[in-house]
Amino acid sequence: MATFPLPLADLFGHWGSYLVYVVIGIAFGMTLESAGFGNSKLLAAQFYFKDMRVFKVMFTAIIVAMTLIFLSSAMGLLDYNLIYVPPTYLWPGIVGGLIMGVGFIIGGFCPGTSLVGMATGKIDALVFVGGVLFGIYLFGETVGSFATFFDSSDMGRFTLPELFNASYGVVVICIVVAALLIFLVAEKVEAMINDRPQQKLPGWSKPAAVALVALAGVVLVIGQPTSEDRWQSVASESQAKLEERAVQISSAEFLKYRDDTKIKIIPLDVREERYYNQFHLRGAVHVPLDQVQAKAKELHFELANTIFVTMSNDEEAATEAWKILRAESVPNIYILEGGINAWLKTYAADSLSEDDRVYNRQEDQLAYKFNAATGAHHPAAEPSPDELDLTYEPKVILELKRAPTSGGCG
Amino acid sequence: MNQVSRAKPYLNPYLAGTLLGIVLFLAFFITGSGLGASGGLNRLLVYVQNGLNPEHIDQVAYLLKMAGGNSNPLDNWVVFMTIGTIFGGLISGLLGRRMKFETNKGPQISNGTRWLMAFIGGALMGYGARLARGCTSGQALSGGAVLSVGSWAFMFAVFGGAYALAYFFRKAWN
Repeated sequence: MATFPLPLADLFGHWGSYLVYVVIGIAFGMTLESAGFGNSKLLAAQFYFKDMRVFKVMFTAIIVAMTLIFLSSAMGLLDYNLIYVPPTYLWPGIVGGLIMGVGFIIGGFCPGTSLVGMATGKIDALVFVGGVLFGIYLFGETVGSFATFFDSSDMGRFTLPELFNASYGVVVICIVVAALLIFLVAEKVEAMINDRPQQKLPGWSKPAAVALVALAGVVLVIGQPTSEDRWQSVASESQAKLEERAVQISSAEFLKYRDDTKIKIIPLDVREERYYNQFHLRGAVHVPLDQVQAKAKELHFELANTIFVTMSNDEEAATEAWKILRAESVPNIYILEGGINAWLKTYAADSLSEDDRVYNRQEDQLAYKFNAATGAHHPAAEPSPDELDLTYEPKVILELKRAPTSGGCG
Repeated sequence: MNQVSRAKPYLNPYLAGTLLGIVLFLAFFITGSGLGASGGLNRLLVYVQNGLNPEHIDQVAYLLKMAGGNSNPLDNWVVFMTIGTIFGGLISGLLGRRMKFETNKGPQISNGTRWLMAFIGGALMGYGARLARGCTSGQALSGGAVLSVGSWAFMFAVFGGAYALAYFFRKAWN
Protein backbone atom coordinates (compact mmCIF):
# COMPACT_ATOMS: atom_id res chain seq x y z
CA MET A 1 0.00 0.00 0.00
CA ALA A 2 2.99 2.20 0.41
CA THR A 3 2.91 3.37 -3.19
CA PHE A 4 -0.68 4.56 -3.23
CA PRO A 5 -1.45 7.21 -4.40
CA LEU A 6 1.60 7.47 -6.68
CA PRO A 7 4.01 10.12 -5.41
CA LEU A 8 3.60 12.12 -8.61
CA ALA A 9 5.37 15.23 -7.34
CA ASP A 10 8.44 13.17 -6.36
CA LEU A 11 8.46 11.41 -9.70
CA PHE A 12 7.91 14.35 -12.04
CA GLY A 13 8.41 17.48 -9.95
CA HIS A 14 5.70 19.86 -8.75
CA TRP A 15 4.61 21.28 -12.10
CA GLY A 16 5.70 18.18 -14.03
CA SER A 17 3.22 16.09 -12.07
CA TYR A 18 0.44 18.23 -13.49
CA LEU A 19 1.14 16.69 -16.90
CA VAL A 20 -0.39 13.49 -15.57
CA TYR A 21 -3.58 15.43 -14.87
CA VAL A 22 -3.51 16.90 -18.37
CA VAL A 23 -3.37 13.36 -19.76
CA ILE A 24 -6.23 12.20 -17.52
CA GLY A 25 -8.18 15.29 -18.59
CA ILE A 26 -7.61 14.46 -22.26
CA ALA A 27 -8.92 10.94 -21.73
CA PHE A 28 -11.90 12.38 -19.84
CA GLY A 29 -12.65 14.92 -22.59
CA MET A 30 -12.35 12.30 -25.33
CA THR A 31 -14.78 9.91 -23.66
CA LEU A 32 -17.28 12.72 -22.96
CA GLU A 33 -17.18 13.92 -26.54
CA SER A 34 -17.40 10.49 -28.11
CA ALA A 35 -20.37 9.73 -25.85
CA GLY A 36 -22.19 12.61 -27.50
CA PHE A 37 -22.00 14.90 -24.49
CA GLY A 38 -20.85 17.87 -26.52
CA ASN A 39 -24.33 18.13 -27.98
CA SER A 40 -26.84 19.90 -25.74
CA LYS A 41 -29.87 18.63 -27.61
CA LEU A 42 -28.79 15.06 -27.04
CA LEU A 43 -28.16 15.79 -23.35
CA ALA A 44 -31.56 17.41 -22.90
CA ALA A 45 -33.27 14.44 -24.62
CA GLN A 46 -32.60 12.57 -21.36
CA PHE A 47 -35.27 14.59 -19.63
CA TYR A 48 -37.94 13.79 -22.22
CA PHE A 49 -37.07 10.06 -22.10
CA LYS A 50 -36.17 10.18 -25.79
CA ASP A 51 -32.52 9.28 -25.42
CA MET A 52 -31.42 8.20 -21.96
CA ARG A 53 -27.77 8.47 -22.90
CA VAL A 54 -26.81 10.71 -19.95
CA PHE A 55 -28.19 8.22 -17.52
CA LYS A 56 -26.69 5.19 -19.26
CA VAL A 57 -23.20 6.63 -19.65
CA MET A 58 -23.11 8.02 -16.13
CA PHE A 59 -24.30 4.93 -14.34
CA THR A 60 -22.20 2.59 -16.47
CA ALA A 61 -19.17 4.72 -15.58
CA ILE A 62 -20.09 4.71 -11.89
CA ILE A 63 -20.60 0.95 -11.62
CA VAL A 64 -17.46 0.14 -13.62
CA ALA A 65 -15.26 2.56 -11.64
CA MET A 66 -16.82 1.57 -8.31
CA THR A 67 -16.31 -2.15 -8.92
CA LEU A 68 -12.69 -1.65 -9.99
CA ILE A 69 -11.95 0.66 -7.02
CA PHE A 70 -13.33 -1.72 -4.41
CA LEU A 71 -11.77 -4.73 -6.12
CA SER A 72 -8.36 -3.01 -5.98
CA SER A 73 -8.98 -2.09 -2.36
CA ALA A 74 -9.95 -5.68 -1.51
CA MET A 75 -6.74 -6.88 -3.14
CA GLY A 76 -4.64 -4.35 -1.22
CA LEU A 77 -3.62 -2.43 -4.35
CA LEU A 78 -5.32 0.77 -3.34
CA ASP A 79 -5.99 2.34 0.06
CA TYR A 80 -9.60 3.45 0.31
CA ASN A 81 -8.72 5.60 3.34
CA LEU A 82 -6.49 7.70 1.11
CA ILE A 83 -9.09 8.07 -1.63
CA TYR A 84 -10.85 11.39 -1.75
CA VAL A 85 -14.46 10.80 -0.79
CA PRO A 86 -16.34 14.11 -1.14
CA PRO A 87 -17.49 15.09 2.36
CA THR A 88 -21.24 15.08 2.84
CA TYR A 89 -22.85 18.46 3.43
CA LEU A 90 -26.33 17.09 2.95
CA TRP A 91 -28.57 20.15 2.54
CA PRO A 92 -26.22 22.47 0.67
CA GLY A 93 -25.57 19.48 -1.62
CA ILE A 94 -29.26 18.84 -2.24
CA VAL A 95 -30.16 22.51 -2.78
CA GLY A 96 -27.11 22.99 -5.01
CA GLY A 97 -28.09 19.83 -6.90
CA LEU A 98 -31.65 21.09 -7.48
CA ILE A 99 -30.33 24.43 -8.74
CA MET A 100 -27.98 22.54 -11.06
CA GLY A 101 -30.82 20.35 -12.30
CA VAL A 102 -32.77 23.48 -13.24
CA GLY A 103 -29.64 24.85 -14.88
CA PHE A 104 -29.28 21.60 -16.79
CA ILE A 105 -32.73 21.70 -18.36
CA ILE A 106 -32.47 25.42 -19.18
CA GLY A 107 -28.85 25.48 -20.30
CA GLY A 108 -28.51 21.99 -21.74
CA PHE A 109 -25.08 21.22 -20.36
CA CYS A 110 -23.22 20.56 -17.15
CA PRO A 111 -19.81 22.17 -16.60
CA GLY A 112 -17.74 19.21 -17.87
CA THR A 113 -19.84 18.60 -20.97
CA SER A 114 -19.91 22.30 -21.86
CA LEU A 115 -16.11 22.23 -22.08
CA VAL A 116 -16.11 19.53 -24.75
CA GLY A 117 -19.07 21.19 -26.49
CA MET A 118 -17.06 24.40 -26.62
CA ALA A 119 -14.02 22.52 -27.92
CA THR A 120 -16.02 21.12 -30.82
CA GLY A 121 -17.39 24.48 -31.90
CA LYS A 122 -20.81 24.53 -30.25
CA ILE A 123 -21.68 28.18 -29.76
CA ASP A 124 -24.34 27.44 -27.13
CA ALA A 125 -21.64 25.63 -25.13
CA LEU A 126 -19.35 28.65 -25.30
CA VAL A 127 -22.13 30.91 -24.01
CA PHE A 128 -22.92 28.33 -21.33
CA VAL A 129 -19.30 28.37 -20.12
CA GLY A 130 -19.60 32.15 -19.85
CA GLY A 131 -22.71 31.64 -17.76
CA VAL A 132 -20.93 29.13 -15.51
CA LEU A 133 -18.12 31.62 -14.87
CA PHE A 134 -20.70 34.28 -14.05
CA GLY A 135 -22.52 31.91 -11.67
CA ILE A 136 -19.30 31.01 -9.91
CA TYR A 137 -18.43 34.71 -9.62
CA LEU A 138 -21.87 35.41 -8.16
CA PHE A 139 -21.44 32.61 -5.66
CA GLY A 140 -18.10 33.97 -4.47
CA GLU A 141 -19.73 37.35 -3.92
CA THR A 142 -22.83 36.10 -2.09
CA VAL A 143 -21.71 33.05 -0.09
CA GLY A 144 -20.79 35.32 2.82
CA SER A 145 -24.47 36.07 3.41
CA PHE A 146 -25.43 32.43 3.93
CA ALA A 147 -22.18 30.99 5.27
CA THR A 148 -24.05 29.14 8.04
CA PHE A 149 -26.19 27.24 5.59
CA PHE A 150 -23.21 26.56 3.32
CA ASP A 151 -21.42 24.82 6.19
CA SER A 152 -24.50 23.13 7.66
CA SER A 153 -25.31 19.40 7.89
CA ASP A 154 -21.62 18.56 7.69
CA MET A 155 -21.37 14.79 8.06
CA GLY A 156 -17.74 14.52 6.98
CA ARG A 157 -16.64 11.43 5.11
CA PHE A 158 -19.85 9.45 5.15
CA THR A 159 -20.39 6.47 2.87
CA LEU A 160 -23.42 4.47 1.77
CA PRO A 161 -22.24 1.27 3.52
CA GLU A 162 -22.03 3.27 6.76
CA LEU A 163 -25.50 4.70 6.15
CA PHE A 164 -27.07 1.29 5.52
CA ASN A 165 -24.82 -0.49 7.99
CA ALA A 166 -23.88 -3.02 5.31
CA SER A 167 -20.54 -4.21 4.00
CA TYR A 168 -18.91 -2.50 1.03
CA GLY A 169 -19.25 -5.71 -0.99
CA VAL A 170 -23.02 -5.89 -0.46
CA VAL A 171 -23.52 -2.24 -1.43
CA VAL A 172 -21.31 -2.61 -4.52
CA ILE A 173 -23.15 -5.66 -5.84
CA CYS A 174 -26.57 -4.14 -5.07
CA ILE A 175 -25.74 -0.97 -7.00
CA VAL A 176 -24.36 -2.95 -9.96
CA VAL A 177 -27.43 -5.16 -10.20
CA ALA A 178 -29.84 -2.23 -9.69
CA ALA A 179 -28.12 -0.21 -12.42
CA LEU A 180 -28.25 -3.12 -14.88
CA LEU A 181 -31.97 -3.63 -14.21
CA ILE A 182 -32.64 0.08 -14.66
CA PHE A 183 -30.80 -0.04 -17.99
CA LEU A 184 -33.26 -2.68 -19.19
CA VAL A 185 -36.15 -0.45 -18.15
CA ALA A 186 -34.51 2.55 -19.86
CA GLU A 187 -34.34 0.61 -23.13
CA LYS A 188 -38.05 -0.19 -22.92
CA VAL A 189 -38.97 3.40 -22.05
CA GLU A 190 -36.97 4.77 -24.98
CA ALA A 191 -38.68 2.37 -27.38
CA MET A 192 -42.09 3.33 -26.01
CA ILE A 193 -41.55 7.11 -26.13
CA ASN A 194 -40.06 7.01 -29.63
CA ASP A 195 -42.69 4.50 -30.75
CA ARG A 196 -40.21 2.10 -32.24
CA PRO A 197 -39.13 -1.47 -31.53
CA GLN A 198 -36.56 -1.87 -28.80
CA GLN A 199 -33.02 -1.32 -30.04
CA LYS A 200 -30.85 -4.39 -30.18
CA LEU A 201 -28.06 -4.24 -27.62
CA PRO A 202 -24.56 -4.94 -28.93
CA GLY A 203 -23.42 -8.56 -28.65
CA TRP A 204 -20.79 -7.84 -26.02
CA SER A 205 -23.20 -6.17 -23.62
CA LYS A 206 -24.52 -9.35 -21.99
CA PRO A 207 -21.13 -10.97 -21.33
CA ALA A 208 -19.86 -7.57 -20.09
CA ALA A 209 -22.77 -7.26 -17.68
CA VAL A 210 -22.22 -10.81 -16.40
CA ALA A 211 -18.50 -10.11 -15.98
CA LEU A 212 -19.20 -6.96 -13.99
CA VAL A 213 -21.60 -8.75 -11.66
CA ALA A 214 -18.99 -11.50 -11.25
CA LEU A 215 -16.31 -8.95 -10.34
CA ALA A 216 -18.67 -7.34 -7.84
CA GLY A 217 -19.21 -10.86 -6.46
CA VAL A 218 -15.45 -11.21 -6.02
CA VAL A 219 -15.43 -7.89 -4.11
CA LEU A 220 -18.15 -9.29 -1.86
CA VAL A 221 -16.33 -12.59 -1.27
CA ILE A 222 -12.88 -11.14 -0.60
CA GLY A 223 -14.23 -8.30 1.53
CA GLN A 224 -12.50 -5.04 2.35
CA PRO A 225 -9.35 -5.13 4.49
CA THR A 226 -10.13 -5.23 8.22
CA SER A 227 -8.21 -3.13 10.76
CA GLU A 228 -6.18 -6.25 11.44
CA ASP A 229 -5.33 -6.69 7.72
CA ARG A 230 -4.45 -3.03 7.46
CA TRP A 231 -2.15 -3.29 10.46
CA GLN A 232 -0.51 -6.43 9.04
CA SER A 233 0.36 -4.60 5.84
CA VAL A 234 2.34 -1.98 7.75
CA ALA A 235 3.27 -4.01 10.83
CA SER A 236 6.90 -4.88 10.15
CA GLU A 237 7.88 -1.35 9.20
CA SER A 238 5.87 0.21 12.01
CA GLN A 239 7.03 -2.20 14.70
CA ALA A 240 10.61 -1.39 13.76
CA LYS A 241 9.93 2.33 14.15
CA LEU A 242 8.43 1.77 17.59
CA GLU A 243 11.39 -0.32 18.69
CA GLU A 244 13.94 2.17 17.37
CA ARG A 245 11.93 4.82 19.23
CA ALA A 246 11.80 6.84 16.04
CA VAL A 247 8.26 8.06 16.66
CA GLN A 248 8.33 8.84 20.37
CA ILE A 249 8.89 12.60 20.53
CA SER A 250 10.11 14.43 23.62
CA SER A 251 8.07 17.09 25.35
CA ALA A 252 10.57 19.72 24.18
CA GLU A 253 10.04 18.80 20.55
CA PHE A 254 6.29 18.85 21.15
CA LEU A 255 6.53 22.40 22.50
CA LYS A 256 8.64 23.50 19.55
CA TYR A 257 5.91 22.50 17.11
CA ARG A 258 3.15 23.80 19.37
CA ASP A 259 4.66 27.28 19.01
CA ASP A 260 5.44 26.96 15.30
CA THR A 261 2.79 28.89 13.38
CA LYS A 262 3.44 26.90 10.21
CA ILE A 263 2.62 23.62 11.93
CA LYS A 264 -0.62 22.54 13.53
CA ILE A 265 -0.16 20.07 16.35
CA ILE A 266 -3.09 18.05 17.64
CA PRO A 267 -2.52 16.28 20.97
CA LEU A 268 -4.72 13.17 21.18
CA ASP A 269 -5.25 12.23 24.81
CA VAL A 270 -6.35 8.58 24.87
CA ARG A 271 -6.66 8.13 28.63
CA GLU A 272 -9.78 7.43 30.67
CA GLU A 273 -11.97 10.44 31.28
CA ARG A 274 -11.09 10.79 34.97
CA TYR A 275 -7.40 11.18 34.15
CA TYR A 276 -8.20 13.64 31.41
CA ASN A 277 -10.27 15.71 33.83
CA GLN A 278 -7.55 15.69 36.44
CA PHE A 279 -4.94 17.03 34.07
CA HIS A 280 -4.42 17.38 30.36
CA LEU A 281 -2.35 19.48 28.00
CA ARG A 282 -3.89 22.69 26.74
CA GLY A 283 -5.61 21.91 23.45
CA ALA A 284 -5.58 18.15 23.97
CA VAL A 285 -8.47 16.34 22.30
CA HIS A 286 -9.92 13.57 24.45
CA VAL A 287 -10.26 10.37 22.42
CA PRO A 288 -10.63 7.25 24.59
CA LEU A 289 -8.83 4.26 23.13
CA ASP A 290 -12.02 2.56 21.94
CA GLN A 291 -12.94 5.63 19.88
CA VAL A 292 -9.59 6.13 18.17
CA GLN A 293 -10.56 4.04 15.16
CA ALA A 294 -13.67 6.14 14.51
CA LYS A 295 -11.69 9.34 14.98
CA ALA A 296 -9.23 8.40 12.22
CA LYS A 297 -11.68 9.41 9.49
CA GLU A 298 -11.87 12.95 10.84
CA LEU A 299 -8.12 13.23 11.16
CA HIS A 300 -7.73 12.57 7.43
CA PHE A 301 -9.44 15.89 6.77
CA GLU A 302 -6.86 17.92 8.69
CA LEU A 303 -4.45 20.01 6.65
CA ALA A 304 -1.20 18.47 5.43
CA ASN A 305 0.91 20.45 7.93
CA THR A 306 -0.72 18.76 10.92
CA ILE A 307 1.14 16.56 13.41
CA PHE A 308 -0.84 14.22 15.65
CA VAL A 309 0.64 13.21 19.01
CA THR A 310 -0.97 10.42 20.99
CA MET A 311 -0.51 10.43 24.75
CA SER A 312 -1.41 8.33 27.77
CA ASN A 313 -0.09 8.32 31.34
CA ASP A 314 2.88 6.24 30.30
CA GLU A 315 3.19 5.01 26.73
CA GLU A 316 1.14 1.83 26.60
CA ALA A 317 -2.26 3.14 25.50
CA ALA A 318 -0.66 5.86 23.39
CA THR A 319 1.27 3.19 21.50
CA GLU A 320 -1.95 1.22 20.92
CA ALA A 321 -3.60 4.36 19.57
CA TRP A 322 -0.58 5.01 17.37
CA LYS A 323 -0.88 1.53 15.88
CA ILE A 324 -4.58 1.98 15.16
CA LEU A 325 -4.04 5.32 13.44
CA ARG A 326 -1.02 3.98 11.57
CA ALA A 327 -3.13 1.11 10.23
CA GLU A 328 -5.72 3.65 9.11
CA SER A 329 -2.99 5.48 7.14
CA VAL A 330 -3.17 8.69 9.17
CA PRO A 331 0.02 10.62 8.35
CA ASN A 332 2.44 12.42 10.71
CA ILE A 333 1.53 10.55 13.84
CA TYR A 334 3.79 10.46 16.91
CA ILE A 335 3.74 9.39 20.54
CA LEU A 336 4.54 11.64 23.51
CA GLU A 337 7.68 10.14 25.00
CA GLY A 338 7.12 9.02 28.57
CA GLY A 339 3.51 10.20 28.41
CA ILE A 340 1.80 12.54 30.84
CA ASN A 341 3.80 11.19 33.76
CA ALA A 342 7.09 12.25 32.19
CA TRP A 343 5.50 15.55 31.26
CA LEU A 344 4.42 16.24 34.83
CA LYS A 345 7.81 15.23 36.13
CA THR A 346 9.41 17.81 33.82
CA TYR A 347 6.99 20.71 34.00
CA ALA A 348 5.15 20.32 37.31
CA ALA A 349 8.16 19.79 39.53
CA ASP A 350 7.36 22.97 41.45
CA SER A 351 3.67 22.41 42.00
CA LEU A 352 3.62 18.68 42.68
CA SER A 353 5.47 17.49 45.74
CA GLU A 354 6.67 14.06 46.71
CA ASP A 355 3.47 13.64 48.74
CA ASP A 356 1.47 13.71 45.55
CA ARG A 357 3.33 10.83 44.03
CA VAL A 358 1.58 7.50 43.62
CA TYR A 359 3.83 4.63 44.50
CA ASN A 360 3.41 1.01 43.44
CA ARG A 361 1.28 2.11 40.54
CA GLN A 362 0.48 -0.04 37.56
CA GLU A 363 1.62 0.63 34.01
CA ASP A 364 -0.19 3.57 32.41
CA GLN A 365 -1.68 4.89 35.66
CA LEU A 366 -1.23 8.51 36.59
CA ALA A 367 1.89 8.91 38.74
CA TYR A 368 0.52 11.87 40.69
CA LYS A 369 -2.54 12.46 42.80
CA PHE A 370 -4.75 15.38 41.87
CA ASN A 371 -7.28 16.53 44.42
CA ALA A 372 -9.32 18.46 41.90
CA ALA A 373 -10.15 18.25 38.24
CA THR A 374 -7.66 20.82 37.07
CA GLY A 375 -8.08 19.95 33.40
CA ALA A 376 -6.00 22.33 31.34
CA HIS A 377 -5.92 25.01 34.06
CA HIS A 378 -2.89 23.55 35.72
CA PRO A 379 0.24 25.63 35.02
CA ALA A 380 1.96 22.58 33.54
CA ALA A 381 -0.76 22.29 30.88
CA GLU A 382 0.80 25.07 28.88
CA PRO A 383 4.44 25.49 29.82
CA SER A 384 6.73 27.91 28.07
CA PRO A 385 9.44 26.15 26.09
CA ASP A 386 12.06 28.58 27.39
CA GLU A 387 11.32 27.78 30.99
CA LEU A 388 13.59 24.77 30.92
CA ASP A 389 16.30 24.68 28.35
CA LEU A 390 15.90 21.08 27.27
CA THR A 391 17.84 19.51 24.48
CA TYR A 392 16.24 16.80 22.42
CA GLU A 393 16.81 14.57 19.48
CA PRO A 394 14.50 15.77 16.67
CA LYS A 395 12.36 12.95 15.35
CA VAL A 396 9.52 14.56 13.45
CA ILE A 397 9.82 14.19 9.69
CA LEU A 398 6.88 16.06 8.26
CA GLU A 399 5.25 14.01 5.55
CA LEU A 400 3.30 16.31 3.26
CA LYS A 401 2.10 13.54 0.99
CA ARG A 402 -1.31 12.55 2.17
CA ALA A 403 -4.84 11.84 1.16
CA PRO A 404 -6.20 14.48 -1.17
CA THR A 405 -8.24 16.91 0.87
CA SER A 406 -10.01 18.34 -2.12
CA GLY A 407 -11.66 16.78 -5.09
CA GLY A 408 -12.22 18.05 -8.57
CA CYS A 409 -14.22 20.98 -7.44
CA GLY A 410 -11.97 22.63 -4.88
CA MET B 1 -16.25 23.17 -41.70
CA ASN B 2 -19.09 21.46 -43.41
CA GLN B 3 -17.93 18.08 -42.30
CA VAL B 4 -20.99 17.03 -40.42
CA SER B 5 -22.20 14.89 -43.30
CA ARG B 6 -19.19 12.66 -42.81
CA ALA B 7 -19.40 12.77 -39.02
CA LYS B 8 -18.93 9.45 -37.30
CA PRO B 9 -21.76 8.41 -34.99
CA TYR B 10 -21.35 8.73 -31.25
CA LEU B 11 -20.26 5.67 -29.31
CA ASN B 12 -22.75 3.23 -27.91
CA PRO B 13 -23.61 4.76 -24.49
CA TYR B 14 -22.71 1.59 -22.56
CA LEU B 15 -19.33 1.42 -24.31
CA ALA B 16 -18.72 5.13 -23.68
CA GLY B 17 -19.77 4.61 -20.04
CA THR B 18 -17.37 1.70 -19.64
CA LEU B 19 -14.51 3.77 -21.07
CA LEU B 20 -15.44 6.69 -18.81
CA GLY B 21 -15.56 4.31 -15.85
CA ILE B 22 -12.06 3.05 -16.65
CA VAL B 23 -10.75 6.64 -16.95
CA LEU B 24 -12.40 7.47 -13.61
CA PHE B 25 -10.91 4.39 -11.98
CA LEU B 26 -7.43 5.22 -13.31
CA ALA B 27 -7.76 8.80 -12.06
CA PHE B 28 -8.48 7.44 -8.57
CA PHE B 29 -5.84 4.76 -8.84
CA ILE B 30 -3.06 7.10 -9.94
CA THR B 31 -3.90 10.25 -8.01
CA GLY B 32 -6.28 9.32 -5.20
CA SER B 33 -8.85 11.85 -6.36
CA GLY B 34 -11.38 11.53 -9.12
CA LEU B 35 -12.34 13.77 -12.02
CA GLY B 36 -13.36 17.41 -11.95
CA ALA B 37 -14.35 20.24 -14.22
CA SER B 38 -16.00 23.16 -12.47
CA GLY B 39 -13.10 23.54 -10.04
CA GLY B 40 -10.80 24.40 -12.92
CA LEU B 41 -13.14 27.11 -14.21
CA ASN B 42 -13.50 28.40 -10.67
CA ARG B 43 -9.76 28.78 -10.20
CA LEU B 44 -9.34 30.39 -13.60
CA LEU B 45 -11.93 32.97 -12.63
CA VAL B 46 -10.30 33.61 -9.26
CA TYR B 47 -6.96 34.04 -11.06
CA VAL B 48 -8.43 36.77 -13.26
CA GLN B 49 -10.19 38.41 -10.30
CA ASN B 50 -6.95 38.35 -8.35
CA GLY B 51 -5.17 40.11 -11.21
CA LEU B 52 -7.84 42.80 -11.47
CA ASN B 53 -8.56 43.43 -7.83
CA PRO B 54 -6.36 41.58 -5.32
CA GLU B 55 -7.71 43.54 -2.32
CA HIS B 56 -11.14 42.18 -3.02
CA ILE B 57 -9.87 38.59 -2.87
CA ASP B 58 -8.37 39.27 0.54
CA GLN B 59 -11.76 40.40 1.85
CA VAL B 60 -13.80 37.38 0.82
CA ALA B 61 -13.02 34.31 2.91
CA TYR B 62 -14.18 31.90 0.23
CA LEU B 63 -11.83 33.37 -2.38
CA LEU B 64 -9.00 33.86 0.09
CA LYS B 65 -8.59 30.11 0.42
CA MET B 66 -7.58 29.87 -3.22
CA ALA B 67 -5.70 33.06 -3.90
CA GLY B 68 -4.85 34.74 -0.59
CA GLY B 69 -1.36 36.14 -0.15
CA ASN B 70 1.08 34.56 -2.54
CA SER B 71 -0.86 31.42 -3.34
CA ASN B 72 -1.48 30.98 -7.03
CA PRO B 73 -5.02 29.79 -7.75
CA LEU B 74 -3.76 28.03 -10.88
CA ASP B 75 -1.32 25.92 -8.90
CA ASN B 76 -3.77 23.06 -8.55
CA TRP B 77 -4.24 19.81 -10.41
CA VAL B 78 -7.86 20.46 -11.33
CA VAL B 79 -6.81 23.41 -13.51
CA PHE B 80 -4.63 21.09 -15.58
CA MET B 81 -7.33 18.46 -15.79
CA THR B 82 -9.69 21.13 -17.13
CA ILE B 83 -7.18 22.12 -19.81
CA GLY B 84 -6.81 18.44 -20.71
CA THR B 85 -10.58 18.00 -20.91
CA ILE B 86 -10.87 20.79 -23.47
CA PHE B 87 -8.05 19.29 -25.56
CA GLY B 88 -9.56 15.82 -25.24
CA GLY B 89 -12.89 17.12 -26.55
CA LEU B 90 -11.09 18.78 -29.43
CA ILE B 91 -9.11 15.65 -30.34
CA SER B 92 -12.16 13.43 -30.20
CA GLY B 93 -14.19 15.94 -32.20
CA LEU B 94 -11.51 16.02 -34.91
CA LEU B 95 -11.15 12.23 -35.01
CA GLY B 96 -14.92 11.81 -35.23
CA ARG B 97 -15.21 14.66 -37.79
CA ARG B 98 -17.75 16.28 -35.51
CA MET B 99 -16.16 19.74 -35.41
CA LYS B 100 -18.76 22.22 -36.49
CA PHE B 101 -19.71 25.75 -35.52
CA GLU B 102 -23.34 25.39 -34.64
CA THR B 103 -25.95 25.99 -31.99
CA ASN B 104 -27.87 22.93 -30.86
CA LYS B 105 -31.51 23.61 -29.97
CA GLY B 106 -35.05 22.62 -30.63
CA PRO B 107 -36.59 23.90 -33.93
CA GLN B 108 -39.10 26.20 -32.21
CA ILE B 109 -36.70 28.72 -30.70
CA SER B 110 -34.22 31.17 -32.22
CA ASN B 111 -30.46 31.09 -31.74
CA GLY B 112 -30.72 34.22 -29.59
CA THR B 113 -33.20 32.56 -27.22
CA ARG B 114 -31.01 29.49 -27.06
CA TRP B 115 -27.94 31.57 -26.16
CA LEU B 116 -29.83 33.46 -23.48
CA MET B 117 -31.01 30.16 -22.02
CA ALA B 118 -27.47 28.76 -22.20
CA PHE B 119 -26.16 31.73 -20.24
CA ILE B 120 -28.88 31.56 -17.58
CA GLY B 121 -28.57 27.78 -17.30
CA GLY B 122 -24.81 28.08 -17.09
CA ALA B 123 -25.05 30.67 -14.33
CA LEU B 124 -27.40 28.41 -12.35
CA MET B 125 -25.04 25.48 -12.94
CA GLY B 126 -22.03 27.47 -11.81
CA TYR B 127 -23.81 28.77 -8.72
CA GLY B 128 -25.26 25.39 -7.80
CA ALA B 129 -21.96 23.62 -8.34
CA ARG B 130 -20.21 25.87 -5.87
CA LEU B 131 -23.02 25.51 -3.34
CA ALA B 132 -22.98 21.72 -3.68
CA ARG B 133 -19.17 21.69 -3.56
CA GLY B 134 -18.97 19.94 -6.86
CA CYS B 135 -20.38 19.47 -10.27
CA THR B 136 -21.61 16.46 -12.14
CA SER B 137 -18.04 15.21 -12.62
CA GLY B 138 -16.56 15.91 -9.20
CA GLN B 139 -19.59 15.12 -7.06
CA ALA B 140 -21.94 12.82 -8.92
CA LEU B 141 -19.50 10.77 -10.95
CA SER B 142 -16.42 10.69 -8.70
CA GLY B 143 -18.23 10.83 -5.36
CA GLY B 144 -20.83 8.35 -6.58
CA ALA B 145 -18.19 5.78 -7.51
CA VAL B 146 -16.57 5.98 -4.05
CA LEU B 147 -19.99 5.75 -2.39
CA SER B 148 -20.24 9.16 -0.72
CA VAL B 149 -23.73 9.63 0.75
CA GLY B 150 -23.72 13.33 -0.11
CA SER B 151 -22.79 12.63 -3.72
CA TRP B 152 -25.68 10.22 -4.18
CA ALA B 153 -28.15 12.65 -2.61
CA PHE B 154 -26.74 15.35 -4.88
CA MET B 155 -27.12 13.14 -7.95
CA PHE B 156 -30.79 12.49 -7.28
CA ALA B 157 -31.31 16.21 -6.67
CA VAL B 158 -29.82 17.11 -10.07
CA PHE B 159 -32.00 14.62 -11.93
CA GLY B 160 -34.96 15.66 -9.79
CA GLY B 161 -34.50 19.36 -10.52
CA ALA B 162 -34.16 18.76 -14.25
CA TYR B 163 -37.13 16.39 -14.54
CA ALA B 164 -39.32 18.66 -12.44
CA LEU B 165 -38.93 21.55 -14.86
CA ALA B 166 -38.51 19.60 -18.11
CA TYR B 167 -42.19 20.04 -19.03
CA PHE B 168 -41.98 23.84 -18.91
CA PHE B 169 -38.97 23.94 -21.20
CA ARG B 170 -40.19 21.33 -23.69
CA LYS B 171 -40.43 23.87 -26.50
CA ALA B 172 -36.77 24.73 -26.19
CA TRP B 173 -35.67 21.20 -26.94
CA ASN B 174 -38.35 19.48 -28.99
